[in-house]
Amino acid sequence: METPLIEFRNVTKRFDEKTILDKANLSIYEKQITTIIGKSGSGKSVLLKHIIGLLSPDEGSILFRGRPVHEMKKREWAGYRNQISYMFQNNALFDSMSVFENIALPLRQTTDLRKKEIEQKVMSRIEQMELTDVVKQYPSELSGGMQKRVALARSLVTDPTIVLFDEPTTGQDPIRKNIILSMIAHYRKQLGFTAVLISHDIPDIFFISDRILLLWEGKIAFNGTYEELRKFKHPMIDEFLGSIEGLRDELTGLLSKEMFRSRYAMTLGGGPVDTTITAVLFGMRFDLLADELGPEAAIGVLKALGEHVNEYFGPTGGFSARHRRGEILTILPRVGLDEAGQLVHDFAQRLQQKALPGIQALTKIKTGAEKCFEISVTAGMTEGSTSDDIDQLIEKAEANQNIIARYQCGKEGALK
Amino acid sequence: MESTMKDSAFLLFFHFLGKRTMSVISNLGAIVIFFTLSFLKIFRPKQIREIIQQVFYIGARSSNIVMLVGLFTGMVLGLQLFYALYKFGSQGVLGSLVSLTLIRELGPVLTAIMITARAGSSMTAEIGILRISEQIDALYTMRIDPQRYLISPRIAASLISFPLLTAFFDLIGILGGYLTGVVLLGVDKGAYFYRIHSYVDWVDIRGGFIKSLVFAVLVSTICCYEGYFTHLRTDSYGAKSVSLSTTSAVVFSCVTILISDYVVTSFLM
Repeated sequence: METPLIEFRNVTKRFDEKTILDKANLSIYEKQITTIIGKSGSGKSVLLKHIIGLLSPDEGSILFRGRPVHEMKKREWAGYRNQISYMFQNNALFDSMSVFENIALPLRQTTDLRKKEIEQKVMSRIEQMELTDVVKQYPSELSGGMQKRVALARSLVTDPTIVLFDEPTTGQDPIRKNIILSMIAHYRKQLGFTAVLISHDIPDIFFISDRILLLWEGKIAFNGTYEELRKFKHPMIDEFLGSIEGLRDELTGLLSKEMFRSRYAMTLGGGPVDTTITAVLFGMRFDLLADELGPEAAIGVLKALGEHVNEYFGPTGGFSARHRRGEILTILPRVGLDEAGQLVHDFAQRLQQKALPGIQALTKIKTGAEKCFEISVTAGMTEGSTSDDIDQLIEKAEANQNIIARYQCGKEGALK
Repeated sequence: MESTMKDSAFLLFFHFLGKRTMSVISNLGAIVIFFTLSFLKIFRPKQIREIIQQVFYIGARSSNIVMLVGLFTGMVLGLQLFYALYKFGSQGVLGSLVSLTLIRELGPVLTAIMITARAGSSMTAEIGILRISEQIDALYTMRIDPQRYLISPRIAASLISFPLLTAFFDLIGILGGYLTGVVLLGVDKGAYFYRIHSYVDWVDIRGGFIKSLVFAVLVSTICCYEGYFTHLRTDSYGAKSVSLSTTSAVVFSCVTILISDYVVTSFLM
C-alpha cells in the first residue's frame, strides 16, 4: 500500500479547555488534491497549521513519508519545511510592500538567486496570474480577488512540492471562485505539487479534489473520494452538506445537489409507480478547454451552458444540476426517449444558433490567425423509470454521449 | 474566626506578590533571551539591506526632531546656567557646564526618549500589526526567520543610530548654549569654547557613548518585544492589543531609560 505523504496519527490539540482536534487520523497522498471540509470553527485551519509547523500537537504524531516530524533533526526539519508553502485565509500579504516585492520576498530571503533570475521568476508568476497591470501597486489598492491571486502567486513562486491553501476562494464571486479553483487544479497538474485545501465551495471543490476529508467534532468523520462521499449515507454528511450548500449552484444558477435530490424524490416519488423519465447528461470538455483557453474562458462557457439548459428545460418541467465539472445532469420527468431526443435536438439548434456564436465575446477569448479553438457540447440520453437507480441512469447516459453542437472560430454555426 | 480571615488575607497578599514577582522575572528572562537571539542573528547573511533601511527609519528620520530638541535644550541650559553662574560671577565657565551636562547626561537620555517616542512606538505598532494580521506567521511559512528579518535589523540600526543621534544632539545643544550665552547674553565667545576644550575629557564622551548604547539595546528590545508578542496579551485582542502594547512599550522604555541612566552613571563615576 502507498505510504501517505503526510499522516496524522491520533493528533490532539487543545486551546485552554477546548479540544479542537481529538485523536484525528488522516492521510494525505502525494500529487493529489486533498480537500478538508467541515463547519466553521471546527479546526480546519488548526489542522493545516500543524502540517507546516505553526502549531504542534499536544498528543499524537504527524508523519512525513512515514517519519515523525517531531523526531526530525534541524536540517531534516528545514528540508521538510522547504517543500511546503502556505496560502493564508486572509492572504497575509505585506501591506507595506508592492505586489512584486510581496511575490519576490521568499526568493530574495531564502535563495541565492541573482536579481535578474528573481525578476524573471516573479514576472512569470505575475503573468500566469494576470497581475501584470498591478505589479507596482500595494495590496490595499487591489480588489479582494486580486489580493488572492497575489497570495497564490507568492505561495507558488518557490516551486513547492506541497501547497496548503486555507480557504483560497473566500470573498470571491462565483466566477472568480471557480477560476481560482481551476488555477489550483491546473497548476497542480502542470507543476505536480500536492495540494491540501480548506474550502466551503461545494460542489465546485469536489470536482477538483482527489480526496475529501470531513472534519467533524475534532475527528475525521469521512476520508475518501467524491464518488465515495456521494454514496456515503450518513445523517451528519447530509446535515453538513445541506447547511453549506445553497438552494442553487452559484455559478450556473442550476439546482444545488441537495435541492436536485429532494426535487427528484418529490417529483417522482409522489406520482404513480414506474413513471417514465429521461436523464440527459450534457458535457463540455472542461479540462481541455481550460488548458487551451484558460480557466476564465472555460468557466464562461460552463456558466453559459448552465444558464441555457435552465432556461430551455425549466419550463418543460425538467430540472438540472451540475454532475461533475463541465457536466450537467437534466431529468425530464414523464418524457420518453423520443420526445427527449426532439427536445435535445431543438436545444442543440438553439445553442448552435444563439449561444455559441456569442461565446467568443462572452469569454473574452482573443483569437487570431494563429490561435483558433473549438468548443463542443455533448449530450447522452437514457430512458428509465423511478424504480431505476439514478447512478445507473447516469452511467448509461454517459455511455451514449454524442456531440450535439460545436463552435469553431471562423466557422460559426457549423455543426459537424 | 477573625484570625483565620487575617491569615487568609495574608496568604492572598503573598500569593499575589509571589505571582507578580514570578511573572516579572519570567518576562525579564524572556526579554534577555529575545535580545540575545536577535543580536546573534544580526550577523546572518542578507541583513545589510534591512539594517540600512532601518537606520534610515530609526536614525535619519528621527534626526530633525532630535536636533530641534537638542537646540532648545542647549538654549534653555544656556539661559538657566548663565543665571546661576552670574550670581557667583563665573559666567566664563558657561561653555563647560553646558557641554558637560549635555554630553554626560541630557544628550543620551533626551535622545533616547525622543527616539522612543518617534521610532520606538512605530516599531511596536508595526511589528504588532504584522503579528495580528498573520504576516509574521506568513514569514515563518516562507521559511524566513521572523526574528532575523524583523527584529535583528532594528536592534542593529538602533545600535548605530542612538550614538550618532546623541552626538548630533550634543553638538546642536552646545550651539544652542552658544546662541543664548554668547549671542544673547554677551559671554565671551573665546571663553565659551576654551572652557569646553579644557573641561570636556574623552571619559565624558565615552560615558555618553556607553549610555547611548545601553539605551539603544533597551529601547529596541522592549519595543520589538512588546510588538512581537502582542498576541499573547490577555487584557485585549486585535487592534486594541497593538495600541496597548505601543503605550506600554513607550512607558516601559522611558522608565527603563531613567533607571538604567542612574545605574550606568553610578558605575561610570
